[in-house]
Amino acid sequence: MSHEKEALEEAKKINEEYHYLNTITDKPLEGHMHQGKLSGYTVSVKDAICVKDVETTGGSAILDGYKPVIDSTVSKKVKSQGGLIIGKTAQDAFGFGGFSVNVGIGKKIPLNPFDKERACGGSSGGCAGFTAKTNLKHVSLAESTGGSIVCPASFCGVVGLCPTYGRVSRYGLLDYGNSLDKIGPMGKNVKDTALLLEVISGFDSKESTCADVEVDEYSSFVGKDVKGMKIALIKECFGKGVNEKVAEQVNQAIEKLKEKGAVIEEVSLPLVSEYGLAVYYILAMCEASTNLAKYCGIRYGKMKDCTGKGFNEYFSEIRSENLNEESKRRIMIGTFARMAGFRDAYYIKAAKIRTKIISEYKEQFEKYDALICPTMPVIAPKFSEIEKMTPLENYMMDILTVGPNLAGLPHITIPTGKVDGMPVGTMLIADHFEEKKLVQLGSALE
Amino acid sequence: MEVDKELLEKVASVARLKLTDKEIDKFAPQMKEILDFFGKLQEVDTEGIRPSFQPIEIKNRLREDVIVNSLSQEDALRNSSLKKDGYFKGPKAV
Repeated sequence: MSHEKEALEEAKKINEEYHYLNTITDKPLEGHMHQGKLSGYTVSVKDAICVKDVETTGGSAILDGYKPVIDSTVSKKVKSQGGLIIGKTAQDAFGFGGFSVNVGIGKKIPLNPFDKERACGGSSGGCAGFTAKTNLKHVSLAESTGGSIVCPASFCGVVGLCPTYGRVSRYGLLDYGNSLDKIGPMGKNVKDTALLLEVISGFDSKESTCADVEVDEYSSFVGKDVKGMKIALIKECFGKGVNEKVAEQVNQAIEKLKEKGAVIEEVSLPLVSEYGLAVYYILAMCEASTNLAKYCGIRYGKMKDCTGKGFNEYFSEIRSENLNEESKRRIMIGTFARMAGFRDAYYIKAAKIRTKIISEYKEQFEKYDALICPTMPVIAPKFSEIEKMTPLENYMMDILTVGPNLAGLPHITIPTGKVDGMPVGTMLIADHFEEKKLVQLGSALE
Repeated sequence: MEVDKELLEKVASVARLKLTDKEIDKFAPQMKEILDFFGKLQEVDTEGIRPSFQPIEIKNRLREDVIVNSLSQEDALRNSSLKKDGYFKGPKAV
């Protein structure tokens, strides 16, 4: 059986049981036309990233049927390096969630590969679950706004790397929060993850926020000696709200780095620990509420007869019928926080505190190569536990991941142990464009 | 902060959403909890601090003003059933 056919059959079989893919492509897999760094790899792509002629919905019913006429820059690069794109992965609609339970109307919730009663994490849940479950060589194109790469990677026991803001072109990404979104790789190990990062990084004239900064050969940093590297443990990330058994596993990972000669010290990041979540959610919801206005039911996605209807009436109808509850909630809060009379108190205030948070991190990187902490405060929760949470309690789960996302800092999660049979991830954060250090230190933890 | 039905209906109208009474009843206490949580930002002194609208410095980049290949009209219309004579056909705007 050809590799291509084998890959698609395996994907279908896994999907019947675990729901990781919104779409399995039935198109010829263009990647095999080329030879390159990803030859021999199958690749899954988060549904928010456009792949030419393959249905792309961002996990929302409002885009059902949308087949992009362009490739995103990342999917184009993957194909040109021989990667076989097999399908689009399940996610919280538009990325709005941390457990991949906020899927769009009519879509299925992905199940954790280690325990089907638990969540995959989100919002790139399908990417992580599929990467864990497939037996083939595989990497995944995921995306993070406030933790959506490392959270699911940590819950599913795979490696996830969220690059520096601007490192990877976002041309062809369905945007959530423009000042926060980053496309990044997931893999079964650090080497595969680094390889995909190497392929997708770099300047793109089609994307105005994409940085013109040299791309390192990330995969060559796998296994490099970490002796003498200086790492700071973030004190607040081991405290209140963090499961003790999870913290213990991360402490063991820190011991391992010490044994390999890394120097470990402790730092405090009071501002981001106390205010990061609120700053993040205000900015993310404000940006999201404007971004979603483009889904107006005329140019692509869901549409219906508009004869005799006024624009606002038609627009409101399409949105109200096809957006899920969490999308509506975020549009409501984001719209409120930008309204006259409230904008300064919420949006502008949050953007100012963001400046202070970025400085708080940058000071640390004058002394340290990386910061270290647990990726998530808990192991993957059961669906029955998630159901009982209020939206705010849901958002609180992002407490450890929103910081590096707000500051645009690259971060990686490495599976470093288990608690009650479920994977635990250790997170490393580095300075802007220092992804190579994350590869180096991350591989030392494998 | 008071988050009542009247405020939610006003926000929904600005946001171009039609919410049912059930959705409004559900969202009201949730939004109150979230907005109260956001309120804690007022504790932080931001006197003289500039807001960050991007996490890293972004420079304006200009290109030569020359015509390059872009989306064809056919491709631009490909995903829509609401079209006529090579244009999108939308609802009445005025």
